[in-house]
Amino acid sequence: MNVVLTALVTSLAILVGVLTVTAWGIWFERKFSARLQSRLGPTMVGPVGLAQPLADLMKLLQKEDLVPEAADRAVFNLAPQIAALCALGAAAVVPFSAHIVGAKIDLGVLYLLAIGAVTVLPVFMAGWASNNKFALLGGMRALAQSLSYEVPLVLSAMVPVILAGSMDVSKIVEYQAAGSWIAIGPVWLGLPAFVLFLLAMLAESNRIPFDIPEAESELVAGITTEYSGMKFALFYLGEYVHTLVASAVAAALFLGGWDGPFAPGLHWMVLKTLALFTFVYWVRWSLLRFRSDQLMKMCWYWLVPISVALLLGAGAWVVL
Amino acid sequence: MIVFLAVAFGVIAGMLIGARVFAVRAKRESPLKKTTYECGESPAGMAWVRFHARYYVVALFFLLFDIEAAFLFPWGGNARELGVQGFVAVVSFVAVVLLGWLWAVRKGALKWQ
Repeated sequence: MNVVLTALVTSLAILVGVLTVTAWGIWFERKFSARLQSRLGPTMVGPVGLAQPLADLMKLLQKEDLVPEAADRAVFNLAPQIAALCALGAAAVVPFSAHIVGAKIDLGVLYLLAIGAVTVLPVFMAGWASNNKFALLGGMRALAQSLSYEVPLVLSAMVPVILAGSMDVSKIVEYQAAGSWIAIGPVWLGLPAFVLFLLAMLAESNRIPFDIPEAESELVAGITTEYSGMKFALFYLGEYVHTLVASAVAAALFLGGWDGPFAPGLHWMVLKTLALFTFVYWVRWSLLRFRSDQLMKMCWYWLVPISVALLLGAGAWVVL
Repeated sequence: MIVFLAVAFGVIAGMLIGARVFAVRAKRESPLKKTTYECGESPAGMAWVRFHARYYVVALFFLLFDIEAAFLFPWGGNARELGVQGFVAVVSFVAVVLLGWLWAVRKGALKWQ
């Protein structure tokens, strides 16, 4: 009973933490992007617009929930829930410190990759069920892109697994805490794998320079075109949570997770995660978007073979 | 496992409660509100149409490489214990998959056009 209670409290704490950080992460992105474009960003609600996420929440609560007549109702309603669930569920196996883990399972990395693959599903569901041409086009593009980039993501995540000799994310972090971070040791192996993982992560969460599915100037809003109110919010939330959790995973797999001097582990983990999170936004607001064919070409012609080579390199490093 | 289920359940419950609480409805129904959005024009036909076959090819390749990854993961976690013999086996397996990749590249199957 005690075990269950502890687990429940831990899980709840992690979820609330992730959601809170995400809410103010959105505020931060708006401020940050505004700075990059010489604007001010939100200023009206609270000091320096800090209450903006709450105001947004209130606004979204009051929105009418519309379902187009032509849509496939059941699938249409289910899609945002699955999207948010997948994004949040991935946080379960991320070790935020040596003791704060939602679920300590041996196959953590495999679980992460499995849930990452399921994330593709609601995108297709939403695109198809909306019965809207913009949504369908956006959904199909997102599907092709996420499926393609899933491959280098999975293969580059295998490098830390091979080096640490475990699929448990906590064990991988412990391995790095005992030796060196995977991104720098051995650097010719870890750094390219880390860069590949980051690239694939950007593409997976449909971020610029890979945000073709949402290209708002041509596709209105992609899969979210027909969504309103809380269902739209769930998609939006899912996207941001996905970015945040993916940053946390990257920090745990490649940057040593909670390992760091002077401060407690949780501080280091949060610091690394937020640094990567910021990096994603920096990229988003600095670059332009690729064309679909360039995107696919880069993935299948370059990223996949490179990640396979890295994987074999890691194997050789461990064995020889 | 219990922990994970608890997390999943908590999230689902949160979502459902959220959806219940947020069910706000307009007082008057309007047929216009329920039409599909097409930039203000009346929608032309359905969106449930056939789409390009290239998506099918991408799905096939994803399946291929994801299964490859699924086969490689058990080795990845135990690479040290399996030693040279395991490594040689994995290299030959990956070589076969890469041969297939090379063939697909030469056939132009991975071109997005």
